Amino acid sequence: MNNSQKWIAFDTIVRREIRRFLRIWPQTLVPPIITIVLYFVIFGQLIGSRIGTMSGLPYIQFVAPGLIMMSVITNSYSNVVSSFFGSKFQRNIEELLVSPTPNWIILLGYVAGGMSRGLGVGLIVTVLSLYFADFSIHSLPVTIAIVLMTSLMFSLAGLINAIFAANFDDISIIPTFVLTPLTYLGGVFYSIELLGEFWRNLSMINPVLYMVNAFRYGIAGISDINIVWAFSMVGLFSVLLFFLALRLLENGSRLRS
Amino acid sequence: MQPALSIKNLRKTYDDQFEALKGIDLDVAKGDFFALLGPNGAGKSTTIGIICSLVRKTEGLVTIFGHDIDKDFSAAKQFVGVVPQEFNFNQFEKPIDILIAQAGYYGIKADIARQRAEKYLRQLGLWDRRNEISRTLSGGMKRRLMIARALIHEPQLLVLDEPTAGVDIELRRSMWEFLKQINDQGTTIILTTHYLEEAESLCRNIAIIDHGIIVKNTSMKVLLKQLDRETFVLDVREELTESPMLESYPVTLVDGHSLEVDVARGQSINEIFIELSGLNIHVISMRSKANRLEELFFDMVEKNLIDVDRGQDDE
Repeated sequence: MNNSQKWIAFDTIVRREIRRFLRIWPQTLVPPIITIVLYFVIFGQLIGSRIGTMSGLPYIQFVAPGLIMMSVITNSYSNVVSSFFGSKFQRNIEELLVSPTPNWIILLGYVAGGMSRGLGVGLIVTVLSLYFADFSIHSLPVTIAIVLMTSLMFSLAGLINAIFAANFDDISIIPTFVLTPLTYLGGVFYSIELLGEFWRNLSMINPVLYMVNAFRYGIAGISDINIVWAFSMVGLFSVLLFFLALRLLENGSRLRS
Repeated sequence: MQPALSIKNLRKTYDDQFEALKGIDLDVAKGDFFALLGPNGAGKSTTIGIICSLVRKTEGLVTIFGHDIDKDFSAAKQFVGVVPQEFNFNQFEKPIDILIAQAGYYGIKADIARQRAEKYLRQLGLWDRRNEISRTLSGGMKRRLMIARALIHEPQLLVLDEPTAGVDIELRRSMWEFLKQINDQGTTIILTTHYLEEAESLCRNIAIIDHGIIVKNTSMKVLLKQLDRETFVLDVREELTESPMLESYPVTLVDGHSLEVDVARGQSINEIFIELSGLNIHVISMRSKANRLEELFFDMVEKNLIDVDRGQDDE
């Protein structure tokens, strides 16, 4: 395959992925929007008004970046995991495996599809959040860079989960027992400065903490974590996950007999 | 001339230590219509899986039009189109989208992909259903959709794994005609099937695989010449209570109005009618009992089974 053919293959996968989540929009776009609106209403307005400020910000402005990031994370991850596993389950992944499309194009195609949904939902949630909270962008480059990297990282993680998954339980175990706790304990709703030393140190191994704080820095200009350190960690995790996913595809793990 | 497919010492042992292929060699000439036959579990689908890279081989060399599937996989894959046994397309997508996406995976531009999709969907009688969700298509339509999908990049080698399984006879024959056309236009075809009549009427060369080894690899003509006898079923007008005794043919009474007569290769069948007329028995119709290839196939598989059992006893 020459470069032009590779581009066509990549473009085909991405378009197919976007078409898929738009086709099933009641399952892919509506639920995260309803969930996030409920978070804003309950944590932002009802409870938030009684909490006061967090790290010097009104509580609703403190949680808004975390809630946007939470929707990016869950949608990037769940798009790739459900689409790729669905293709394995229906065996139409074989359409790609018999074709000359290189594995790295397959990987990038699925990841770009996941990022499209993650960023799309993130954008919708951002627009909605403006109804509940007033905030301006402190640093546009930081905001855009961290949201892109986060979406990339969780799309990669979703792909790895889907490659390993043997049944539908396997694609819900990681989101339920790993992703959700990491997100809730990742500083979305509180500043880690509120935690004791042990829990604060433990939180430092949670990658979501770096993403949420870097994103909060981009929007509100405050962070519990050094921004350079946050970007380094997210970058490192993304590179590791990329090469792990590529290796699994190259080996044909759980894809070829 | 360079073969379309060349397989040398191909072995496959699955993770559960089941040895599906025990070192097979196979050459399929360019332009051939080739049958790969064998009972369930013989190794047919494993062989096809390796050719189209869905199964990882344990050992051996596979080349497609001279391109090694390991070293030159991109070029090798461009030459092959595969129609698998099971439906393996997204049942929630439309046929037209499935075909255009498949073309995209081969790097084919969208405008060319649309033209080809229309061409093959029309040829296979699916054009009117192109915008329906694939799940709603009948079984025969789904099989034809997989054939259209396999042809979208216009491969020179088309591999079909039981393409007419579960398809009614009328549709099966129309698919045969379509495949003959494709073959006449130069596409090499490898076919596995359980319908031996299908292999006999379509294929010029044949390999029979059993227990992971090739037990026969020859031309259809040569194979059929090996048939040393054929059984005919005769329907007779008279009610018979016992088998008539014929001088030159073994005869079995099937029921009151049917006889089975074994005829050796080269033996005339005229004498059957003469001898039966002499016994005042009138034949009103006659047919071959079984497909000729079917008889040979069972003989070979049975013989191989005995050899395998003997080999196991020796161990």
